[in-house]
Amino acid sequence: MTQGNLSTRALQRRRLLQAAGGLSVAFTVPLTTSLAQAPVRLPGSMNTYRRLEGWLRIGTDGRVSAFSGKVELGQGIITALSQIVADELDVDLEQVQLVSGDTAQSPNEGVTAGSLSIEQSGGALRQAAAEARALLLKIAAQRLGAASPEQAQLQTRNGWVIAPGGTQFSYAELAGGDALKGEIKSPVSPKPAAARRLIGQPVPRQDLPGKLTGAPLYIQDMRLPGMVYGRVVRPPSPRATLQSIDTAAARALPGVVAVVRDGSFVAVAAEREEQAIAAAQALRASARWNEDARLPPAGEALFPFLKTMRSEDTVVGEKSDPASFARATRTFMAEYTKPFVSHGSIGPSCALAQWAAGKLTVWSHAQGPFQQREDLAKALQVPLSAIRVIHSHGSGCYGHNGADDVGLDAALLARATGGRPVKLQWMREDEFQWEPYGSAMAIRMRAALDAEGRIVNWVHELWSHTHSMRPGDPDGDNLLASWYLEHAQRASPARNIPQPAGGGDRNAIPLYDFPNQKVINHLIPEMPVRVSALRTLGAYGNVFALESFMDELALAAQVDPALFRLRHLQDARARAVIERVVKMSAWAEPGRALGIAFAKYKNLAVYTAIVAEVTVDRTSGVVRVPRAWCAADAGMAINPDGFANQIEGGMVQSASWTLHESVAYDRERIAVRSWADYPVLRFSEVPVIKVELIDRPEQASHGVGEGSQGPMAAAIANGFAKATGVRLRDLPLTPVRVKAALA
Amino acid sequence: MTIRLNVNGSDQWVAAEPRTPLLYALRNDLALNGPKYGCGLGQCGACTVLIDGAPVRSCVTPVESVQHARITTLEGLGSSDHPHPVQAAFIKEQAAQCGYCSNGMIMTAKAFLDRQRTPSEAQIRAALENNLCRCGTHTRIIKAVQRAARELAS
Repeated sequence: MTQGNLSTRALQRRRLLQAAGGLSVAFTVPLTTSLAQAPVRLPGSMNTYRRLEGWLRIGTDGRVSAFSGKVELGQGIITALSQIVADELDVDLEQVQLVSGDTAQSPNEGVTAGSLSIEQSGGALRQAAAEARALLLKIAAQRLGAASPEQAQLQTRNGWVIAPGGTQFSYAELAGGDALKGEIKSPVSPKPAAARRLIGQPVPRQDLPGKLTGAPLYIQDMRLPGMVYGRVVRPPSPRATLQSIDTAAARALPGVVAVVRDGSFVAVAAEREEQAIAAAQALRASARWNEDARLPPAGEALFPFLKTMRSEDTVVGEKSDPASFARATRTFMAEYTKPFVSHGSIGPSCALAQWAAGKLTVWSHAQGPFQQREDLAKALQVPLSAIRVIHSHGSGCYGHNGADDVGLDAALLARATGGRPVKLQWMREDEFQWEPYGSAMAIRMRAALDAEGRIVNWVHELWSHTHSMRPGDPDGDNLLASWYLEHAQRASPARNIPQPAGGGDRNAIPLYDFPNQKVINHLIPEMPVRVSALRTLGAYGNVFALESFMDELALAAQVDPALFRLRHLQDARARAVIERVVKMSAWAEPGRALGIAFAKYKNLAVYTAIVAEVTVDRTSGVVRVPRAWCAADAGMAINPDGFANQIEGGMVQSASWTLHESVAYDRERIAVRSWADYPVLRFSEVPVIKVELIDRPEQASHGVGEGSQGPMAAAIANGFAKATGVRLRDLPLTPVRVKAALA
Repeated sequence: MTIRLNVNGSDQWVAAEPRTPLLYALRNDLALNGPKYGCGLGQCGACTVLIDGAPVRSCVTPVESVQHARITTLEGLGSSDHPHPVQAAFIKEQAAQCGYCSNGMIMTAKAFLDRQRTPSEAQIRAALENNLCRCGTHTRIIKAVQRAARELAS
């Protein structure tokens, strides 16, 4: 199937339709505040969507619907957001139903990424619940003829407004009509820390009992009437074009419902899943492709190559103090590298799609339903208003994996199934070969010490591709299949997420107090290997380099590495996590090889300090991390157990990246097809982990999902150096590298 | 052809080719959600079911090979109202993030604890060595299996 030519007029029309489509969704109505008067800053995403009813509604049965644009990715956000609403509104947790990630119902809060959901959605929902509670109190006071809730001495409890004499009103009876509607103009104050019941408690995840007993909670478990199963036939290598394929033979196979070929995109639908797989195999066997060998050099040769590629160079941080610069007595330089890393989700990406009367519904586990919808509309050449994307739970993604792409695959295939819904799941090799990887990085560190062993100059220079090619960019389409269609779309240009959060340069600016510093980002726009956001973006590589280099300098200065960090750090909360982890790990006790590292994620969010104990088998080259300790501070902890789970998980995932992970390829093809080609950390290698949280109930809440990966990598590398006296600066720390270094 | 399968204690009939992986018959014909597709190669463990009490990778098990066997899936262990002690221990320890690998962890642990009532931590790690988790919930899974062992012993 093919699309008609996209003329300029059609383009204009499409843009108009898209604009109109946008307006039909309640949440995209622009702010009504007068231009003359700047509106008061509201918490989180409420600053954008300022009407109460967009966030929260109370039904006639008293049930609370809370609307979030953020989605569950296995991080427990639904439970945490429900805790916030239930606590602030004074209702039972069970009364709160969170509607999340549905383009027809939810606010567009952007992509669920960057550990921002607690700040953005949590901030908005907490305010919405506080506003609703204040309004309910006000209405109850009016009914009692009182001037104010305070005068009537009203309280709220479990969904009731209660007066001293025993009179009480249910929220449901107070919330009728337009009571809880309108723009928030002067925000009320949420509860003080002392009045909280659920925020700060280790509330169990609401979705786990179902997920651990086989309830149909995942997108893979969805079954729609008349549904068929889809599979996609991808090229053997990136950018290959389809020369010929025998679609007729595939159509004759048992159970085959439809075969779609559009340019170099091929997919098949069948009555049964195994029939779709068999037909996809037959199609693959009959396909002839023109391959175009243009992958970069593999292995260690990649990094000098990266430095030869055209780059856009930006100084992202600079400090200058000539007097201290002049005190430099010794200078140092070291180069660190990080390879392409796969998200490697356990469940390959999956989507359902159904067309009915020209309208498309896609069920998706992508991180940004609204952003996915934008790119679906471009590729399918339909208006935004013709597409509804509904988020469903999937396997953990850890960033931008195949979840967005598979939605377009399913939608393209579903155009050929006569209205029958299609469920399409990628095969393992589709996921490994075609998901966008975390970008490789080359990092050069330079520094100078003065005679007292203090750092007086610091230069951090990095070469990397972009770390985010997510859908939703106005200047391109970032869904994989769109580049292979007959009327192909083009990917958006590579961009860097600006500081202070940063993209490739995330956490490249040190939190330490150095009198002279310069941080230079060489963004390489060309992407011969497909890349995008992997959990922490550049922070993992930058913190690995920065914190390894700190260790090297501490050694040169002959100062204990923990003390060396503290000597260069004024931030009290940063010092506190380092001091805590030193205590937890009994840092000064001899007899073990310990490495320490620290970061404040994005220099904006959670403070994390980690100590890792490292052992090295010199014969086999195997590095192990038997134990690791972490102290973390994310301000007000919404759910301490969820917080600890994220920190622990990040440490284990980072240990896997650091010890094992690297995407193998040759000049033509990606060489990773299964877990046999991409070893990850297994149970026997997982450290015993201790996490302690420093709770600060009066501080703002920060996300924690990406706090521990960077420090864990450097703590392991520093522990390795302590164990062996040898510094490894190239990730991962594989047995081959270790043996070569120790030889 | 029609194949009889004994799943979670009852006989079921599935119209599928003999070589169809058991995983697809369970998920698509019998609407069971516990076993998950992860790799299709028996490498990750997400699809694990019990065949006559032993953990088996259903993604590489042809339906014809298990016609005379007792097949148990995650659903056959317990429900969210009445979870099996192993499931209850995973819930209590909050031993999951995305939960996609949990089926394989729970089924493998269940079969392991049937054989080994008082396991050491090293034995638990060894039993789960070929089950992959990407969220990094391993330490919680170990604690959950230890808790389940205690519960089952008491």
